Amino acid sequence: MSDATLTDAQPSGPGASAPRALLEVDDVVLKFGGVTALNHVSFTLHEGEILGLIGPNGAGKTTCFNVMTGVYKPTSGQVRFAGAPLAKQTRNEITRMGIARTFQNIRLFPEMTALENVQVGADARHRTSVPGALFRITPRHYKEEKAGRERGRELLELVGIADRMNETARNLPYGYQRRLEIARALATEPKLLCLDEPAAGFNPAEKANLMELIRTIRDRGYTVLLIEHDMRLVMGVTDRIVVLEFGKKIAEGLPAEIRDNPAVIAAYLGTSDEDEEPDDVA
Amino acid sequence: MSVLNPVRDAWSTFTNRWRRTWAGLPRPARWGVMALVVVFFVFLPNIRFPGFDFIVTEQTDWASTLFTVAYYVLLAVGLNVVVGLAGLLDLGYVGFFAVGAYTVAVLTSPDSDLHTKWSWLAAVPVAVGIAMLSGVLLGWPTLRLRGDYLAIVTLGFAEIIRIAADSSSFLKGDRGIAGIPSPPGHKADGTPLFGVVDARPYYWLALAVIILILIGVRNLERSRVGRAWVAIREDEDAAEAMGVPTFKFKLWAFAIGASVGGLSGALFVGEQGFINSSTFQLQFSILVLAGVVMGGAGNLPGVILGGALIAYLPERFRGIKVAGTDAFEYRYFFFGMVLILVMIFRPQGLLPSRRRAAEFTDRQKEATPVE
Repeated sequence: MSDATLTDAQPSGPGASAPRALLEVDDVVLKFGGVTALNHVSFTLHEGEILGLIGPNGAGKTTCFNVMTGVYKPTSGQVRFAGAPLAKQTRNEITRMGIARTFQNIRLFPEMTALENVQVGADARHRTSVPGALFRITPRHYKEEKAGRERGRELLELVGIADRMNETARNLPYGYQRRLEIARALATEPKLLCLDEPAAGFNPAEKANLMELIRTIRDRGYTVLLIEHDMRLVMGVTDRIVVLEFGKKIAEGLPAEIRDNPAVIAAYLGTSDEDEEPDDVA
Repeated sequence: MSVLNPVRDAWSTFTNRWRRTWAGLPRPARWGVMALVVVFFVFLPNIRFPGFDFIVTEQTDWASTLFTVAYYVLLAVGLNVVVGLAGLLDLGYVGFFAVGAYTVAVLTSPDSDLHTKWSWLAAVPVAVGIAMLSGVLLGWPTLRLRGDYLAIVTLGFAEIIRIAADSSSFLKGDRGIAGIPSPPGHKADGTPLFGVVDARPYYWLALAVIILILIGVRNLERSRVGRAWVAIREDEDAAEAMGVPTFKFKLWAFAIGASVGGLSGALFVGEQGFINSSTFQLQFSILVLAGVVMGGAGNLPGVILGGALIAYLPERFRGIKVAGTDAFEYRYFFFGMVLILVMIFRPQGLLPSRRRAAEFTDRQKEATPVE
């Protein structure tokens, strides 16, 4: 149904507040040998929204995510960020352009403290050179160290784990580690924050807190892309949803539309024998 | 093995208590203690130790031994930047030591085909620069490799340097380059400060260099550069995703490690006055690496201790006959044994960094079956 509605880069839709495109995934194909992981996927992320990227296991969500953060280069098609194509940049350059991410399987720096983890993120915006750090002659070093620590503290407070900021990341409880990943990603001062299943392993209370946190982050002016399994979380927090299945986009729209979309229901629950439907929506 | 557990635990408790005490001291007190340590090392060649005479080497001049210890410590500190901080396994570190030493030799010696006959002091910055450049040249193509692959390439590099020195007529192979001048300076009576008989000035010079290098490395550790290195060591992909230009910082680690190695080589030839290709055997790299690992990779006091032990112990046991052979000749056997023991009982090293200690304790928990 809602295929190819947003292939145009300039959304000229009803303009109460014409949303500006921050990230455009434009007809991206990604092949690993004979396997097509992403098959002509297109969608657009608007500034200031929370977009959910969902789909059954193996649908290509994380792959899509990896294309957007520069881990994989698309076989064909293009990803544009703030109008500029992501092509030759290395991953760290893409981060500094303003795309930050968390990892599905937590990948903190386990032997650094929580604060140091966040400082590494903040360092993405720092410019102290190696000689500058070696001789400590420039005021910049001191200024940036101080700014990094302060920003780290602020962010740890924002995500609610400042009480244990001097413990090594390895020793933090699971929920704290997930939140620390978010703080570390925010420290890079991104325009777009990509969360890869941030609620994995959370209980309902923790999930509710996380939803609150994601909204707070959005209200602070960040755009959020959320990959998530938990339907209630996705429906509750996102502004729009894109659904992938077998590397193809099968639906895109408001949460309420997605909930009632037969293709999505089929993808998640399978089709029953009685109401046989075509699997793919062309 | 469990018999030795109490020993291991006692040592851990001991080091942890000291670490806490140290961290709890106010800043001026820490500076004071460090000043005392420096004073101790300055006077070390002159001190007599009533009741502790055994620490002074008998077969080798004490000041010469201390100088040897000093340039090993310098090597360990430099290698620690690469191995301990950035987590890059470099098995060919002696290559940079050789580059530094040969650069000084070729530029200063009257034997050299260049006939430049520079002074030692003028050649040192060039040696450090060329060692650094060789680090960058080696790192540029190879730092895209990880782990074991990098180790193999660096191993090859050290061998290339050694074989080049061995077979090139310019570097004079095994015959060597002689007549390398000492550092400049005269005593009040007009005799050269850095003479042949008294090795103490060389030791003091090396000590001063070590202190400067330690301050520099400490500064780096406590900056975005040090954080980037540790981040790379812990999880290179995550570091990259957090905006750390990993290749650039790995290259810097290599370059800094290489220049410290080159500096150590320059000091070494300044004292020796002669080098030939057999000085730079592969074992030398392995020995320094063993010192870093034994002492506690990533922790400056640890690697200083490790570097000092690998240089001091063989000299101390020189002259003692074991089964008809000088104990000195057993040094590689001995360090092999010690390394195995350290790996079994204290894999984090004698004085590990806080981080490394935690890392290894966790791994031990994972590896030890619950009784």
